[in-house]
Amino acid sequence: MEALDLARWQFGITTVYHFIFVPLTIGLAPLVAIMQTAWVRTGNERWLKLTKFFGKLFLINFALGVVTGIVQEFQFGMNWSEYSRFVGDVFGAPLAMEALAAFFVESTFLGLWIFGWDRLNKRVHLACIWAVAIAVNLSALFILAANSWMQHPVGARYNPETGRAEMESIWAILTNNTLWAAYPHAVAAAFLTAGTFVAGIAAWWMVRLARTQQEDAVELARNVYRPAVILGTVVMLISGAGVALTGDAQGKLMFEQQPGKMASAEALCEGEEGANFSILTIGDLSNSCEGVRHILEVPGLASYLGTGTFSGEDSYLPGVHDVQEEYAERYGETDEAGNPISYTPNLAVTYWSFRLMIGFAAGSALLAVAALWFTRRGRISDNPWLARIGIAAIPTPFIASSFGWIFTEVGRQPWVVAPNPTGIDQIRLLTMRGVSTVVSPGMVLTSMIVFTLLYGVLAVVWFRLIHRYAVEGVPSAVRDESPEAAEDDTDRPLSFAY
Amino acid sequence: MDLALVWFFLIAALWTAYLVLEGFDFGVGMLMSLLPRGDAAHREKERRVLVNSIGPVWDGNEVWLITAGAATFAVFPEWYATLFSGFYLPLLAILVALIVRGVAFEYRGKIADAVWARRCDIAIQVGSWVPAILWGVTFANLVRGVRLDEDFQYVGGFWALLNPFALLGGLTTLVLFLLHGAVFVALKTDGEIRARARRFAGVLSVEALVVAGGWAVWAQVAYSPAWTWAVVAVAALALVGVLLTNRAGREGYAFTLSAVTIVAAVVLIFGSMFPDVMPGLDGGTSLSITDAASTPYTLTVVTWVAVVLTPLVILYQAWTYWVFRRRLTVDHIPAPGGLTWKKIKESAF
Ligand code: HDD
Ligand code: HEM
Ligand code: HEM
Repeated sequence: MEALDLARWQFGITTVYHFIFVPLTIGLAPLVAIMQTAWVRTGNERWLKLTKFFGKLFLINFALGVVTGIVQEFQFGMNWSEYSRFVGDVFGAPLAMEALAAFFVESTFLGLWIFGWDRLNKRVHLACIWAVAIAVNLSALFILAANSWMQHPVGARYNPETGRAEMESIWAILTNNTLWAAYPHAVAAAFLTAGTFVAGIAAWWMVRLARTQQEDAVELARNVYRPAVILGTVVMLISGAGVALTGDAQGKLMFEQQPGKMASAEALCEGEEGANFSILTIGDLSNSCEGVRHILEVPGLASYLGTGTFSGEDSYLPGVHDVQEEYAERYGETDEAGNPISYTPNLAVTYWSFRLMIGFAAGSALLAVAALWFTRRGRISDNPWLARIGIAAIPTPFIASSFGWIFTEVGRQPWVVAPNPTGIDQIRLLTMRGVSTVVSPGMVLTSMIVFTLLYGVLAVVWFRLIHRYAVEGVPSAVRDESPEAAEDDTDRPLSFAY
Repeated sequence: MDLALVWFFLIAALWTAYLVLEGFDFGVGMLMSLLPRGDAAHREKERRVLVNSIGPVWDGNEVWLITAGAATFAVFPEWYATLFSGFYLPLLAILVALIVRGVAFEYRGKIADAVWARRCDIAIQVGSWVPAILWGVTFANLVRGVRLDEDFQYVGGFWALLNPFALLGGLTTLVLFLLHGAVFVALKTDGEIRARARRFAGVLSVEALVVAGGWAVWAQVAYSPAWTWAVVAVAALALVGVLLTNRAGREGYAFTLSAVTIVAAVVLIFGSMFPDVMPGLDGGTSLSITDAASTPYTLTVVTWVAVVLTPLVILYQAWTYWVFRRRLTVDHIPAPGGLTWKKIKESAF
C-alpha cells in the first residue's frame, strides 16, 4: 500500500475512534448537569445519587475523548501536510477558536467539578458542570465549522499565485449553511446517544430491582431509576425527532452541494425523476454500476430526500454517471500522470453506511416506545424484555454516528476539500494531493499499527470500566459535601481523590 | 507592528505557558518512582499525594499544547505542516506518551488494586519521561537548524534529529522539568514528602546548572545571537536562586524562579530561531516568519480571538490553582475509592 492509502486508513481509524467517545460526552454532560441542578433546587437525594452515578460514567468516557482528541489535532500536520498547507489559512482559525473557547473551559472546569465537591459553594460547583456542558457543545460547533468548510468551502478565495485557499470572511465560515445543518444533526445524534445510555442503564436497573420484590429494592427502582428512565426517554424522543428533521435538511443541502454524494448514497447510476429509496440492494456495487439491483424500494423517497418532491421534473436526481461526466469536464479527466480520475466515491460504503446510520436509529426508537409503555402512569416494570431492550439499545446510536461520519467523509471522495458548485469552485483539493510527501509509508504504517494496538487496549479498559461501574449502580448513601454543609472547618481528607 | 511578528511572540508565549505548566506535571510524573519512601502502603499513599497534587489541573495545562498547535496551524500553516510532517516519529512518540499518561491519571483510582496501580504508574512515568526529553530534542533541532528543500519540506530524515546538540537539549528539558516538578511538590505538599522533595530539588538545581548551562553555552557559541547571552545569564541566576531559596525553605520563590528558568529557555530558543520559524541547517533554506504566515485577514481574526479569550483563560485557570491551594499530605488521602479488580473481572463476558 502507498502512504496515501495508509494515511487514509489511519485517519479513518483514529477519527472514528475519537467519535465513539465524543457523542456520549456531548450529550451526557448536559444530562448530568440537569440531574445536579435538580438536586440543588429540590434537595432530593435521588438526583444527587444519579449525578454521582452518571457523573462517574461520564468521566470514564471523557478521559478517552480527551486523549484521542490530541492525536486529531496533530494529525493534519503529520499525515496531511499538503492539505494543511492548502487550507491552513482558513481551516486553522476554527481549530484555534475551539481550543481557546471550548477546550480550556471544559478541561479546567471539569477539574474543578471532579475535585471541588467539598471546596466550592454548591451553586458555583453546579455552574462548573454547566460550563463543561456548554463548552463541549461549543467545541462541536467549531470543529464542525472546519469540517463543513471542507464539505462546502465558503468565505474564502483561491490565490492562483500560491495555489492556496485564503480566508475572506470568518463570519461566512461560521454561518455556512452546511454547518448549520450538520451541527444540529450531530448534536441531536449526541443527545440521542446519551439519552439512550441513561434510559438503557436505568431501565435495566429498574427491572432488576423490581424483580427482587424486596421492599427497599422496589423503592429504589421507583424513586431513583424510574425518574432516570423518564429523563432519558424524553431526551430520546426530542433528539430522535431532531435527528430525523435535521438529517432531512442535510439531505436537501447535499443534493445541491455534493450531488455525487447524494447519487452514491442511493447507488443511483443514471439520473431519474421520482427516484426510489431502496432498502435492499444486491449485486456488484464496485462502482461499475452494471450489476446493481434494487430489491426493496420506497417509491420516490430518494427524490424527496434530495429535492423535497416525490415525482415530476423537480424531483430529478442525477446519477453517478452524470456527475462523473460533469466533473470530468469541469475538473479534468486525468491527473498529471495521465491516470483517469474517478469522481465517484466507493458506492458500497456510501450506500450501506447511509442506510445503517438511519437503520440503527431503530434501537433508540424501540427503547423509547418500550420505556413509555412500561412506565406509563407511575408504573415501574419487572419485565425482563425491557431490561434486554435497554441494554441492546445502548450501542445503537454509537454505531449510527460512526456510519454517519463514514458516509459523510467517504461520500466526499475523491475530494478532501469538495468544490463548491454554487460559489468558489476553484477551492478544491483531491485527497491524493493532501497527503504528506515527506512521510514514508513505513512511518505511517508504524503510527497506524501503534495507534490501532493502543486504541484496542484502551477500548477494552474503557468498556470494562463503563460496564462494571454501570453494574455497580447508584451509591447507597450520599451526603452533601459542600463547604456550607460542613459544621466546622477542620482540615478533612479529600472527599474525592485519584 | 506586523501581525505575523506579533504572532511569533504569541506562539512563543503559548509554548512558554505550556512548558512551564506541563513542565511540573511531567516532573511530578517522573518523580512517581523517585520520591516515595517507606513501606509499600506508605509509598502508595505518597504516590497518590503526587497524583492528586496535579489531578485537577493537568488537563487544563495540556490544552496549552493543543492551543499552541492549533494557533500554529492558523497563523503559520507552512510551519505547522513542515514541522509536524518532518518530525513525524518524535511527535508520534510524544502523542503515545501523552495518551497513556492521561489515561493512567484518570483511571488509576478507578480500580482499587495494587497491580493496576503499578501499571498505571509505569504508564505515568513513561508518559512523562518521553515527552520531557523529546520536547527538548525537538526545540534544540529548531535552534540548530534543519535541512529544508526549496518547497520548505523537511528532508533531513529521522536520524539527523538525534544529533548531540539535540540530545543534550533533551537532557536539558529533562532536568529542568524534574527540578520544576520537585519544587512544585515541595510547594504543594507537607510532611516527609515535602522535605524529601526539597532535598531532591537541591541536588537537581546543581545538575540543572551544569546540564542546562552547558547546552545554553553551546547554543550561544554555535547558533544564537549575542543578546540571548543576557537570557542565559538570567537563567543561570534563576537557577542559583532556586538553589538558595529552596535551601531557605522559601518554596514559593523557588517555584517562581524555576518557572523563570523555563521561560528563559523558551526565550533563548525562539530568540535563536528569529527571524525564522525553521532556520536552515548550515545556512541552507530557511522557513521565515513571513514565508510561513497566513494572510493579514486571518491573522487579524485569530488575534482578536486570542486577545479576548486568553485573559479569561488565565483568570479562571489561576482561580483553579487558588481553589486547590491547600498543601496535601498523606493524611488527606482517603481510602481507595475504586472498584476491586475482582469485581471488574466478574463483569467480563
Ligand atoms: C462533533 C464533535 C467533535 C468532532 C467532530 C471532533 N471532536 Fe474532538 N472533542 C470533542 C468533540 C468533537 C469534545 C466533545 O469536545 C471532546 C470529546 C470528549 C472530550 O473530552 O472533549 C473532544 C476532545 C478533543 C480534544 C482534547 C481536548 C481536551 O484536552 O480537553 C482535542 C485536541 C480534539 N478533540 C480535537 C479534535 C480534532 C482535531 C477533530 C477533527 C478531526 C475532532 N476533535 C473531532
Ligand atoms: C469525528 C468525526 C469524523 C469522522 C468519524 C470522520 C471520518 C473519516 C473517515 C472514515 C475518513 C476516511 C475516508 C476515506 O479515506 O475514504 C476521513 C477522512 C478525512 N476526514 Fe474525517 N471524520 C470526522 C471528522 C472530521 C473533521 C471534523 C475533519 C476536519 C476538521 C475531518 C477531516 C478529514 C480529513 C482531512 C480526511 C482525510 C482525507 C480522506 O481520506 O478523506 N474529518 N474522515
Ligand atoms: C433519521 C434519519 C436520518 C437521516 C435522514 C440522516 C441524514 C444524514 C445525512 C444526509 C448526512 C450526511 C450529511 C453530509 O454529508 O452532507 C448525515 C450525517 C450524519 N449522521 Fe445522519 N441521518 C439520520 C439519522 C442519524 C442517526 C440516528 C444518527 C446517530 C445517532 C446520525 C448521525 C450522523 C452523523 C454523526 C453524521 C455525520 C456528521 C454530520 O454531517 O452531521 N444520523 N445524516
